[in-house]
Amino acid sequence: MAGTGNAHLRGEGMVLRANDINVEFKLGDKKVVKAVSGVSIDIAKGETLAVVGESGCGKSSLGKALLQLPKPTSGSVILNDVDITALHGEKLRAVRPQMQMIFQDPISSLDPRMTVRRIIEQPLKVWSDLDEQGRAKRVDELLESVGLDPAVVGSRRPYEFSGGQCQRISIARALALNPSMLICDEPVSALDVSVQAQILNLLQDMKDKFELTMMFISHDLGVVKTVSDRVMVMYLGKICEIANPDTLYKTPRHHYTHALVGSVPVADPTKKSLRSVIQGEPPSPMNPPSGCRFRTRCPAATDLCAAEEPQLREMGGGNYVACHHPRA
Amino acid sequence: MSTLLSLRNLSIQFDTVRGRLNAVKEISLDIESGESVGIVGESGSGKSVLSRATMGILHGGNVHKSGDVTFDGNLLSGLSAQELREFWGTGMAMIFQDPMTSLNPVRKIGTQIGEALRIRLGMSKDDANKKSAELLRLVRVPDPDATLNKYPFQLSGGMRQRVMIAIALACDPKLLFADEPTTALDVTVQAQILELLDDLRKSLNMSMVLVTHDLGVVAGHTDRVIVMYAGEVVESAKTTDLFANMRMPYTEALFKSIPTLDTPTGTRLPTIEGRVPDPTQENPGCSFASRCSYVQEKCRTEHPPLTSDGNDHHYRCWFPIQVRSTL
Repeated sequence: MAGTGNAHLRGEGMVLRANDINVEFKLGDKKVVKAVSGVSIDIAKGETLAVVGESGCGKSSLGKALLQLPKPTSGSVILNDVDITALHGEKLRAVRPQMQMIFQDPISSLDPRMTVRRIIEQPLKVWSDLDEQGRAKRVDELLESVGLDPAVVGSRRPYEFSGGQCQRISIARALALNPSMLICDEPVSALDVSVQAQILNLLQDMKDKFELTMMFISHDLGVVKTVSDRVMVMYLGKICEIANPDTLYKTPRHHYTHALVGSVPVADPTKKSLRSVIQGEPPSPMNPPSGCRFRTRCPAATDLCAAEEPQLREMGGGNYVACHHPRA
Repeated sequence: MSTLLSLRNLSIQFDTVRGRLNAVKEISLDIESGESVGIVGESGSGKSVLSRATMGILHGGNVHKSGDVTFDGNLLSGLSAQELREFWGTGMAMIFQDPMTSLNPVRKIGTQIGEALRIRLGMSKDDANKKSAELLRLVRVPDPDATLNKYPFQLSGGMRQRVMIAIALACDPKLLFADEPTTALDVTVQAQILELLDDLRKSLNMSMVLVTHDLGVVAGHTDRVIVMYAGEVVESAKTTDLFANMRMPYTEALFKSIPTLDTPTGTRLPTIEGRVPDPTQENPGCSFASRCSYVQEKCRTEHPPLTSDGNDHHYRCWFPIQVRSTL
């Protein structure tokens, strides 16, 4: 589960490139939680990279590190050929409109005291040189593009809306300044399935319409399958596997991916789901196992896995896996 | 099999600032001993209210109940909380959804499991401790003896959910309500917990009501499924039958809107347009009419009854979807 190594990176011309990102959180007693360890990624224009993994695997920490919220402990993030980890103060603030985020909890991520119109107008007020009329026109456009009627919703406040509608408002706000990169952190996990489908379709439409580049963080493998071009599986702060979704789900090469895919309940009573392939829970990120981090729960672990950290290597067809004994 | 629990015309209403809210409308159902029944629905469909009302743990001046709950031959409706205690723990028990907030943060795990054993079964402290460790072993918590002396914050979500299950199982209940027991958990842990519940149900011959919004969870772990929408049962059938022949358009729409591992990348998901009707408003027609893609005039004016196809498959629809295959 090492995931050090750069075999999966694809040269120049990427919208976003992150090199060797480490995120550490200091606790008392000189203890350090290593949330993300040496992760490198790149995302091409118009591509959606999905990041999946269980709670505590570092997927949200990685997303926030890319946004410099806070800056990663080490490593660099290059957005549109600018190293934003080297920027500070006003210069960093000036690149922030290029990267926007949609958060998990749609209701608490909107200011309860502002009207919908003010919420969406806020970024325009700060950054654009539109006058009041121009801003009002832009807000109308944005609301319409996410399927809300500006005349009806504009003067209401967040508590008057359902979770799905609040998520639409969040999306409109994130798109207000035409960002080149959108990071969605579990955007649909707080929603009911029927609403979830609406929001996933909306994100897909927005992506096509505005040529968005997205990072989509989720624990739901079914959701990820429908939206992503590339899927990255993380475990304890490291990359296990990167592949296109069809290959990943059909032939998972990493034992952890296999377990993860096998654990998803299938809505078909005639297909008995697999007995759970792995037992127990991930070890503490304060004291990760030596070598491959998954070896303590891996059915195929050998002495080599404890001694040496596997490097990401290509398995053909754009599949990269960090495992000494990949599945056939 | 004998009927363990039977509900007859159970209705629950709440007084709210916007008027009276119909949370559960005229629900009748039977649960056999040893059976596992899934209750599926979206937020606000009344599934949690139904299980809480059955347990008798909905109280307050703003709650209005009507209808009968019969458990193991005893009529529960009308009993006081004091009298209902006789049935809690030993008769029916509940696993709550949120393992983070359902345990008392300032009491040790051992005390919390042992409480029911000492009070309900009159065990001594030592016996209760021994039995608690045994229960933790049963739900596969590693190192049960050490865990008894821990506080909830020292355990992960999956471990806390196992403790919740141990508490619910402490007095060998005949019926276990599991209200979204795995929603807060990761998929690999969810798979472990669901398997554990299956194994325990079989070895203890317990009935289980699994309340969930996840059709995948229901498919693998129940004998029968009840689909709820806007406080009503809209479809109920044997699990295999339901998934093979969905008769009610809502069930079908719900099922189709879930992205699965087989959904091709980039697919547009079918959605259910519109919203759940306001539960404070009376609606003359079918409650799903405003969102249904097969809607006809009759659906808007007349409320459909729960119809049976003679094969223990019930649906509430004037124009049910035709059976695709004959089983």
